[in-house]
Amino acid sequence: MTKARLMQGNEACAEGAIAAGVRFFAGYPITPSTEIAEAMAKLLPQHGGKFVQMEDEIASMGAILGAAMAGDKVMDATSGPGFSLKQELIGYAACAEIPCVLVDVQRVGPSTGQPTAPSQGDVMQVRWGTHGDHPMISLCPWSVRETFDLTVQAVNYAERFRTPVILLMDEMVGHLRERVELPEKVEVYPRRSPKKSRAEGYQPFEPDEDLVPNVANFGEGYHIHVTGLIHDDTGFPVGSPTVTEKAIKRLHEKIDRVAEEIIHTESYFMEDAEYAVVAFGGTARTAYESVKNMREQGMKVGLVRLITIWPFADKIIEELAGKVKGILVAELNYGQVVHEVRRAAKGQCPVLLCGKYNMKSFEPVEIEAEIEKMISDVEGGRA
Amino acid sequence: MAELERSYEKYFRQNRLPHLWCPGCGNGIVMKAIVQAIEKKGLTQDNTVIVSGIGCSSRASGYMDFDTIHTAHGRAIPFATGIKLARPELNVVVITGDGDCTAIGGNHFIHGCRRNVDLTVVLFNNNIYGMTGGQASPMTPMGGKATTAPYGSVDRTFDACALAEAAGATYVARSTAFHVQHLTDMIAKGFDNKGFSFIEAMVQCPTAFGRRNKFKSPAEMLKWMRDHSVMKAAWDKLEDVKKGEAIGQGKFPIGLLYESSGSELDYDAAYDQVIERAGGAGK
Repeated sequence: MTKARLMQGNEACAEGAIAAGVRFFAGYPITPSTEIAEAMAKLLPQHGGKFVQMEDEIASMGAILGAAMAGDKVMDATSGPGFSLKQELIGYAACAEIPCVLVDVQRVGPSTGQPTAPSQGDVMQVRWGTHGDHPMISLCPWSVRETFDLTVQAVNYAERFRTPVILLMDEMVGHLRERVELPEKVEVYPRRSPKKSRAEGYQPFEPDEDLVPNVANFGEGYHIHVTGLIHDDTGFPVGSPTVTEKAIKRLHEKIDRVAEEIIHTESYFMEDAEYAVVAFGGTARTAYESVKNMREQGMKVGLVRLITIWPFADKIIEELAGKVKGILVAELNYGQVVHEVRRAAKGQCPVLLCGKYNMKSFEPVEIEAEIEKMISDVEGGRA
Repeated sequence: MAELERSYEKYFRQNRLPHLWCPGCGNGIVMKAIVQAIEKKGLTQDNTVIVSGIGCSSRASGYMDFDTIHTAHGRAIPFATGIKLARPELNVVVITGDGDCTAIGGNHFIHGCRRNVDLTVVLFNNNIYGMTGGQASPMTPMGGKATTAPYGSVDRTFDACALAEAAGATYVARSTAFHVQHLTDMIAKGFDNKGFSFIEAMVQCPTAFGRRNKFKSPAEMLKWMRDHSVMKAAWDKLEDVKKGEAIGQGKFPIGLLYESSGSELDYDAAYDQVIERAGGAGK
């Protein structure tokens, strides 16, 4: 462990990226994510890496994809409006299987919205923002130290699955300052490299046993072709229904088959809980406080915190819904994750929304009041 | 001669040919000029990356036997910037069209010039959006017909070379599909320049542009290039009044239009100094 430091979530994100081996960052300033770019501008040259401030959000996404194909581990960070602009190239990264991490420190939207005010309104944009079909991995930290850890995790997932990974932060965690000790060393997933030579018939997009291809980096003599068009194992576009179906299916299956392994949640006070709150990111911290307060008053409530947002924790929620009398989803938006929880709960118990969208984060009493209302509605047969 | 011709075959992916360009299209001429320039400069297929955007010309990357990347519409220069900064030892060539480079990618184009990243950008200028079927581009001449300009284009056109120079490119040249050797030389000299090199290659598009704009055949379009281009040296000797007259007749200069004195650092060299100052050199 390093010496304890007082650090912001955004700074911990930059530290995590460096620890995970990120050596290229391209960005465009936007609050509340700017401290990530600022920290990377300082840290990267110290580690022989490069930071470049591009002319816009799209350019920075393009630059990291180019650098990734040239062999660097890469990251970019943004907030709502910038995230929207990057969507086409996030899809490109998914289709061309380019490992990259994009951080979205959410702010109130739509449009320019309310800069630097906390929100959790990009959950669905993370999943469905691009055009077409592809899976998505997204992780959501609730503390400064966890921001460090999940950034490392995000880089590792990106490299392992050759896919874009979104670190979904919110302003509460991004600007939160906490005392943290960072590990000296972290586990790092190395860039996947070809197992065959060109002469042995190497095909850049031929999937390995785990359905992920080992794509050569530029400059290694493989003469590969990379495109955002649907392509076969050779990397070249093929306008055939069979190839298209196979390509899209594999993109999904390479993530679906490991979903159990990459879906992380945490439970608090859930042993004998009759009611549960589901929350994520900064809101989960408030929800934790609410649940703790109510436990002290003898109420059987617990918290399930989503760490992996996508793929969604379907099985965990289904099991939860079979055990409790009601679920309250606390999120800083007009209602997004609540729909997923309802879907996964399969009608086994009422799933209610505790939403907020007025530039303010939750106060514990607000969530407590909603929990009490849920209990009274369920017990009274009104929910 | 026959042997010399065949020697270029190694630069192409034979299994990807024939290409999809229309009969009479000039894109193949420019694509070959690029590989001829690569050969001339002794650059290898292993250390060269071809980056293209989206459009007719940008399909060239698929035919060329190098590490190649066909990016998103307008974004070739940002991708190329990332590649070059991550691996400065690679020779990075950008293939782009007039719509790709000056419309959707216009901002990236000027900022690529400004940063002076060591890229060689070849703009295939066919004055039209070819792949989407003949819509007007920022380089469609005023009054030129296009599917989205059925009464003649009302928009003023970009002079991409003047734009590149103004934005900070350190090497700017123009040639045409008619002047094949000259075009090859212009690209080869662009490889020599350590910094952002921009070469505008005028190409004929008989299908989407020529057909609507009174060019009866591809050959006629090539003849038009021959008759309207003026070598830079001759252009410079023209008095201002004569230059004005020439421009009025649709004439334009070709050749090396601008080259910096070489005193500016390219982005890689400048960034090496940043790493040095930060204490990260050798890491």
